[in-house]
Amino acid sequence: MKHTISVLVENKFGVLARIAGLFSARGFNIDSLAVGPTEDPSISRMTIVSKGDDKTLEQIKKQLNKLIDVTKVVDFKEGEFVDRELVLIRVAVNAKNRKEVLEAIDASGAKVANAGSKSISVEAAGDQNGIKSLLELLKPFGILEVVRTGRIAMGIDEKVVKAGGKPEVNE
Amino acid sequence: MKMTGAKILIESLKKEGVEIIFGYPGGQVLPIFDQLYDASIKLMLTRHEQGAAHAADGYARATGKTGVCLATSGPGATNLVTGIATAYMDSIPMVAITGQVKSFLIGNDAFQEADITGITRPITKHNYLVEDIKDLARIIKEAFHIASTGRPGPVLIDIPSDIQMQETEFIYPEKVEIRGYNPTYEGHPGQIKRAAKAISDSKRPILYVGGGAILSDASEEVRELAIKNDIPVTMTLLGLGAFPATHKLALGMLGMHGTAYANHSIMESDLIIAVGARFDDRVTGKLDEFAPHAKVIHIDIDPASVSKNVDVDIPIVGDVKTILKKMNKAVKKPDTKEWIARIEDWRKKHPLKYKDDEALRPQYVVEQIYEATKGNAIITTEVGQNQMWAAQFYKFMKPRTMLSSGGLGTMGYGFPAAIGAQVGCPDEVVFDIAGDGSIQMNIQELATAVINKLPIKIAILNNSCLGMVRQWQELFYKKRYSYTGLCYDSPDFVKLAESYGAVGMKITKKKDVRAAIDKAIKTKNVVVMDFRVVGDENVFPMVPAGGVINKMLGVDGLA
Repeated sequence: MKHTISVLVENKFGVLARIAGLFSARGFNIDSLAVGPTEDPSISRMTIVSKGDDKTLEQIKKQLNKLIDVTKVVDFKEGEFVDRELVLIRVAVNAKNRKEVLEAIDASGAKVANAGSKSISVEAAGDQNGIKSLLELLKPFGILEVVRTGRIAMGIDEKVVKAGGKPEVNE
Repeated sequence: MKMTGAKILIESLKKEGVEIIFGYPGGQVLPIFDQLYDASIKLMLTRHEQGAAHAADGYARATGKTGVCLATSGPGATNLVTGIATAYMDSIPMVAITGQVKSFLIGNDAFQEADITGITRPITKHNYLVEDIKDLARIIKEAFHIASTGRPGPVLIDIPSDIQMQETEFIYPEKVEIRGYNPTYEGHPGQIKRAAKAISDSKRPILYVGGGAILSDASEEVRELAIKNDIPVTMTLLGLGAFPATHKLALGMLGMHGTAYANHSIMESDLIIAVGARFDDRVTGKLDEFAPHAKVIHIDIDPASVSKNVDVDIPIVGDVKTILKKMNKAVKKPDTKEWIARIEDWRKKHPLKYKDDEALRPQYVVEQIYEATKGNAIITTEVGQNQMWAAQFYKFMKPRTMLSSGGLGTMGYGFPAAIGAQVGCPDEVVFDIAGDGSIQMNIQELATAVINKLPIKIAILNNSCLGMVRQWQELFYKKRYSYTGLCYDSPDFVKLAESYGAVGMKITKKKDVRAAIDKAIKTKNVVVMDFRVVGDENVFPMVPAGGVINKMLGVDGLA
């Protein structure tokens, strides 16, 4: 099962290597990983999408928590978070289908980031389903290149994951 | 007061109460060595950086204090790696300090440059590359705190040589504040209550005690829990010494080379009380069939150890000693008479044994070391058959007297660890129970031991082969002894010992064993005892890798 894990870490040299190293050394999967600063400049947030059964995920969380530079780990549950991903898609065009492609992009709600003579770069932000349907929509025209940022996620309502101390160990 | 980085390091180590560093000099630690020249902290010069790391580890295990080792950049640092990994796997508090090339050269493939923080990331509890001299004192304070608290482990500090020479105001922080590090000590009161009730209600309880009990200095509490409530105790390799081996409730070690009665007991138990142990594969054997009737209480300071291998019914995260103290007050004595009678039956039917004939057998040597020292010596071991025979036939009576590389299984550990132990405990008798293979992996430290007048006794169970691998080849690889044969006469250990200024002895007859051991104990020098033991002796009982632990080879009437 896929899990979206939000990890708050010290904004320090080498922290990304510690996290990535932990996943590879212990044989955990990373589907995507996105890193960026938070409202607190000394803390960065990593959003990691990982696959595994409950036991594996439990270990991932515990092992992440053991890292000194990790200050908080939250495994989001269904319905507790919103997630977005930014994607850039380059679609092949020619004189004949150019108009059709542009109309399709427009109808999907995506934006044109760059329109060239041989290809159009499409920009879209959305959740996983939105991006999936956009890719399916554009596929028939010929997708030349896809660049994705990886998922970022944020808790909704009470599920606020802010910079701060580690939570008490859950026994 | 303004000080150089090197001076700050030494002053900080003093603040941490460090008395001895095990180390080796080199280009990028010259400023530190210059400070050490007339410092009150002493450095013990080993003959290899690996020896320094193991010595710091042995010192830590024997004394409970944090061990410190020091090496230069590049090869000096990489030579520490095996020692650091050994300490990491066994949760030993250690601070490793390495020199690094000058800050502006890092990443340049400079002479003797190695990315040691990168290399040691997965084998340290934490590590630091000092980038600014202003951080140095804080980093040292944090390193000692992290190494020695929670689940202990090695921490490495990499200090570029230019930072060792820069100057700044020295202020040693009073407190440590690390927002991402906050170990749990107390144990959840509700869980402790549940555990106490489960023990009170159990019919076939067993204590399964690991290295965590030693690290937490909890052997008194283990004893109380066991003896007051008549609960039998089995120990892991690293747990040996937590409960006196001669007590009637002691079942010895469990697992792959555990006693048959310990393995039967844990398999038939209805309650396992795991104390600072981590259900390692060498202990559980086949996981699916491990202790099928047992409820599991797991007391451990590391939440990641809980339910990692075996699903736990009552986890209690926290310090073993603190938790046992509270639990001991709440447990009502269960009725274990019938259970203990059953265990006694197994013990009678399947004792540890070996052939008692005229031949010089390794088990006999270990037994005689026990008899001669009355179980009061500090024993280090190498890895392989020597290690398992030491665990089986030496009756460990006190904590911190069994020093062995359990998790990593590092050959060459025992002798330098004995050096660290003897430095930390100058009045104790220290034996390294070794094999002729392992001892040659750090034999160069004979110089360190002799020069520093550390009267360590090395008992080589010399079977002229790499015995444990040979045993597996005999049992599982059709006796195809591929590259496991050594040579009885190369080296000549007596001459080798003498060349270093140590005392060498060669013992070929069973009847001479005890006299040799007694003589060695009286000798105020390093003694190398070359016991020419039977070449094809195997360690039994044995559970084949991945097997169920009550199906053992080498036990009469079983398997």
